[in-house]
Amino acid sequence: MSTTETSGTTGTGETRAGTAQAEAGNEAETEAGAAQTGSGTEAASAQADTGAASAETGSSLSTAPQEELTGGPVLGVIGWARWFWRQLTSMRVALILLLMLALAAVPGSLIPQNSVDDLKVRAWQEKNESWTPLFEKLQLFDVYSSVWFSAIYILLFVSLIGCIVPRTWQFVGQLRSRPPAAPGRLGRMPAYTTWRTEAAPEEVREAALALLKRRRFRAHTVKDAVSAEKGYLREVGNLIFHVALIVMLVAFAVGQLFKSEGGKLIVEGDGFSNTLTHYDDFRSGSLYDTDDLVPFTFMLDEFTGTYETNGPQRGTPRTFEAAVTWSQPGGKDQKSVIEVNKPLVVDGTKVYLLAHGYAPVVTVRDGKGKVVFSGAVPLLPIDANITSQGSIKVMDGYRDKNGKKTQLGFKAFFVPTFAGHGNGNMFSTFPAPDFPVLALTGYTGSLGVDSGLPQNVYQLDTTEMKQFKDEKGDPLAERLLQGETMKLPDGAGSITFEKEIKEWASFQISQSPGNGWALAGAVAAVAGLVGSLFIQRRRVWVRAVRGDDGVTVVEMAGLGRSESPKLPEELADLALTLHERTPTAPEPPAISEPPAASGPPNDSDDRSDPVEVSAEGAEK
Amino acid sequence: MTLAAATNENLAEISNILIYSAMAVYTLAFLAHIAEWVLGSRSKVGRTAAALTGTAPAAAVTVQVRGKQGGTAVLEKPKVVTRSAPGTRDVPDGPGAAGGTVQGDLYGRIAISLTVLAFAVHAGGVLTRALSVQRAPWGNMYEFSITFSSVLVGAYLVLLAAKKKVRWLGLPLVGTVLADLGVATTWLYTASDQLVPALDSYWLWIHVSTAIFCGAVFYLGAVGTLLYLFRDSYESKLARGDQPGAFATSVLDRLPSAASLDKFAYRVNAAIFPLWTFTIIAGAIWAGDAWGRYWGWDPKEVWSFITWAAYACYLHARATAGWKGRKAAVLALIAFACWLFNYYGVNIFVDGLHSYA
Ligand code: HEM
Repeated sequence: MSTTETSGTTGTGETRAGTAQAEAGNEAETEAGAAQTGSGTEAASAQADTGAASAETGSSLSTAPQEELTGGPVLGVIGWARWFWRQLTSMRVALILLLMLALAAVPGSLIPQNSVDDLKVRAWQEKNESWTPLFEKLQLFDVYSSVWFSAIYILLFVSLIGCIVPRTWQFVGQLRSRPPAAPGRLGRMPAYTTWRTEAAPEEVREAALALLKRRRFRAHTVKDAVSAEKGYLREVGNLIFHVALIVMLVAFAVGQLFKSEGGKLIVEGDGFSNTLTHYDDFRSGSLYDTDDLVPFTFMLDEFTGTYETNGPQRGTPRTFEAAVTWSQPGGKDQKSVIEVNKPLVVDGTKVYLLAHGYAPVVTVRDGKGKVVFSGAVPLLPIDANITSQGSIKVMDGYRDKNGKKTQLGFKAFFVPTFAGHGNGNMFSTFPAPDFPVLALTGYTGSLGVDSGLPQNVYQLDTTEMKQFKDEKGDPLAERLLQGETMKLPDGAGSITFEKEIKEWASFQISQSPGNGWALAGAVAAVAGLVGSLFIQRRRVWVRAVRGDDGVTVVEMAGLGRSESPKLPEELADLALTLHERTPTAPEPPAISEPPAASGPPNDSDDRSDPVEVSAEGAEK
Repeated sequence: MTLAAATNENLAEISNILIYSAMAVYTLAFLAHIAEWVLGSRSKVGRTAAALTGTAPAAAVTVQVRGKQGGTAVLEKPKVVTRSAPGTRDVPDGPGAAGGTVQGDLYGRIAISLTVLAFAVHAGGVLTRALSVQRAPWGNMYEFSITFSSVLVGAYLVLLAAKKKVRWLGLPLVGTVLADLGVATTWLYTASDQLVPALDSYWLWIHVSTAIFCGAVFYLGAVGTLLYLFRDSYESKLARGDQPGAFATSVLDRLPSAASLDKFAYRVNAAIFPLWTFTIIAGAIWAGDAWGRYWGWDPKEVWSFITWAAYACYLHARATAGWKGRKAAVLALIAFACWLFNYYGVNIFVDGLHSYA
C-alpha cells in the first residue's frame, strides 16, 4: 500500500483516477479471494514502477500507450531497434516532435518563401546578400519542402502510425472482453456511495444491471457485483482523429505531387483552350503528367467591375465578374460567371479569377494609310486605380516611307480616369473608365523579337530602336482621348486610340487531386476530436452483499478515465434511481454506520470496516 | 445614394460614441474591481496555509444528493463521496476577491453590474458599426478588436450566468478589455469601409466569427493558466513551509486553488480546441475558393497551424506523465501567445495575403 501512497506525490488533480485505480488494483493483489480483475493486472505494473509512472496507470483505462520511462537500451541491434521504435512511438516523443514541428514552421512565416512569392525572395536576397548563401544552404527559402521540415513531420507520422496500430488492436481487445470485475474495496474509488437496504442482494444486482443497461452501459454481473463501462466512443473518436491526420497528410502530399497550376490573361472576346501551349505560365508537381490536363475551352464574353463611387473608400472594388462561355469536347456551350470567390469547375479543374485590367483598342497605319496593326492591347495595372502600362508592338507588315521593312514599338501608359487637363499627371483617379486617356510614345527599329531570348510582351526593348522626335527634336509623346490619332513624323504613319476599350481578366487554372480526401479527413478529424474530448470513458460498479445482520449492503463506485466533473453527478443519479427500487432500510444499530459518511476510509480502520468484512464473508 | 451614405456615416459616428462610452463604463467596473480586491485584503487570510499545514486529514468533498421526493419513510439518502488521489494538495478554493468581506463583495457586485452595462453598450457599438458598413464587423483590425473584446466579455458573462465560479476573472478581464479597446481606438481605428471582393464570402463569416470566439475562450483559459502558475508556486511554497510575501499571500490566497484553476483552464482549452480546428478548416476552404489553393503557407496560415500544434502539444502534455502541471501550463501559455501573435503580430510585422488591415 505504501508504494501507491508515496507514488502519488508527483501528480496534480488529474492523477486522481489513475492512482485510485492503482490502489484498487493493489488491493485486489493483496486481498485473498478478490477477483482477478483487469485493474489488478494493470496495477501490478504500477506497483513495480516508480513514482511518475504509476500516475500513468490511469491511462490504462484507455488504450493510450504506456510510457516506458525506464526502457533503457537492451543488448544487440534488434534490441536497439526495438528501443528506438518504442521511443519513437511514445507519447513523450510524439509531444516533442509536435513541438518541433510548430517551431520549424516559424522561420517560413518570417523569411519570404519561394512557394509563396518568389519575387519577394529575390528582393530579400538582393538586400541581404551576405546571408543568402547560408540561408539557401539551410533551405530557408523553401522551409515547407526542406529536408529538415520534412524529416520532422515524417518522423511524427511514423510515430503516429506506430501509435495508432497497437492502440487499435488493444481497443478491439477491450471491445471483445467485458468490463473488469469490481475491485475489492470500492470505497477507494474516486466516487463512492453506499446504503443498506432490505431488498435481497440478487434483487439489487438485477435492478442495477437493468438500470445500467438502460443507461447504455456495457454491463454484466461478476459474483457479488455488477461491472459496467461506458464511453467507448471516446477512444473511437481519438483513433478516428489520429487516422484522419494521416489521411489529411497523404491527401496534401498527393495534391502537392500531382497538382498543376497555370495562368492565362484573356481579353474580352478571346478564348482559352486547356493545353500546355495556351498557358502564359505553368507550374506542376513533380509527378504531374501534362496528359492529365482536362480538355476544355472557354471564352471571356465580358468582364464587369464595379467600384465604390463615394465615401472614404471611393474606388474600392465591389464586384468583379467574368462572364464566360465554356465547353468540353463534344459537349454543348455553357454560360457561367466566374467571381473572385466562385471559380468555374470543369471535371475537377478549377478556373479562378485573379486580376483584371484594360486593353485599349488601337489601330496602327503606315505612311500610305494601310492598317498594319489593329487590336486590343492588354496593359498591366500598376496601382489600385488601374493606372496601366505596357507596349504595342508591330512586328511585321510595316514599311517606312522608303518602303523598307522595319518594326514599330510604342510605350503605352493608360489611365481609366484622367485627373483632367492642366493638373493631369498620368495617374488614374478612379478604377472605372470614366475619362480614359492613352499616352503613347513611339519607336522604330528592331523589336529584338528574333534574338531568340524570351521577351516580355508588356515591355519594349528599345536597345535597337530609335525614338520618334517631334519638330523641335524632343521625343514625340502624346496623350490621346478616345478616337484621337497621333501622327508619326515624316510620314511614318499614325496610331489611333479607337473608341472601344476592352477589359481583360487573368485566370488561374488549377488542378489539385486529393482535395476531396483532405476535406473528408478534416471533417473526420473534427468529429473525432469532439468525441475524444467531450466523451468520458468511465466504469461503474455496484456491489450488493448480505451483511451480518441480514440487511443488504449496497456499494456503488465510479472511476473515470480522466478527471471528470460529471462522474460523481452521474453516480449520484444512478444511485438515486437504484435507491428508489431498493430503499434504505430502517436505521440499524450504530455499528453499521456506512464508512463513507465519515470520510474516506483509511488503512487503520479498514480491518474493522463492516462492509469489507461482510464482503469477504460473502465470498466464502 | 448620398442619403444612404450619410446614414451610414451617422451610424459609424454613433458606433464610435458607444465604444467610447463602453470604455468609460469599463473603467468604472475596473475601479470597482480594484475596490473589491483592496477591501477584500482586510479580511483574514491564510486559509490555504491552514489547510496545507494543518494536521486534519484533507476533507473529502461530500456531495449531498438531494432526493426527488421528501418522503418520510426514507431515512437516509445515498451520499456520494469523492476522493482525491493521495499526493494532490487538498486545498479549498480561496474566498474570492472580496475575501468574504461584505463591503468588498458589494463592490464586486457593482463591478459585475457595471460590466454587464458596459457590455450592452459595447455590443451596441459593434452592432451599429456592422450596420454602418452593412456587413459583419470584422473587415479590419479595428473592427476585429472591438468585436473580439465584446465576445470576450460575453463569454465571461455567460459563464457567470451559468453559475460557474469565475468571478476571479473579473479584474484581469476588464483590464484586458480596456487595453484592447484603447489600442483599437487609438492605433487601429479605420473609418467605415467595405470589403474588397476576396473578403466577401460566407466562409469568411464562418471562419472569422469562430476565430474570434476561439480567441476569446483561449484568453479565458490563458488567464486561468497564468493564475494557476502563480497559485501553484504559492501553494508549494506553503507546503514546503516557506512564507510567501504579504502581497502574494493576500492576493493569491483569495484565488481558487491551483487544482481548480488548472482544471478550469484545461476544460476551457480542450472544449474550444475542436472549434479552433474547424476554424482553420473553414479558412482553408475559403482560401481554396478565393486563391485557388486551400493551403499555401501564407504567414497567417502558418501561425494558425503553429497555434493549433501548440494547443495539441498542450493536450498531449496533459496526458503524458512528467509533463503535467506546470510544464503543460507553460505550453498552454505559449499556445495563447501564438494565437496573439497571429492576431496582432502577423498583421503588423509580416505581410501576406491575409494582411488586409
Ligand atoms: C500529428 C501529430 C499529432 C497530433 C496533431 C495529435 C493531436 C492530438 C490531440 C489534439 C489530442 C487530444 C485529444 C484528447 O485529449 O483526447 C490527442 C490525444 C492523444 N494522442 Fe495525439 N496527436 C498526434 C500524434 C500522436 C502520436 C504520435 C501519438 C502516439 C504516441 C499520439 C497519442 C495520443 C493519445 C494516446 C491521445 C489520448 C490522450 C488522452 O487519452 O487524453 N498522438 N492527440
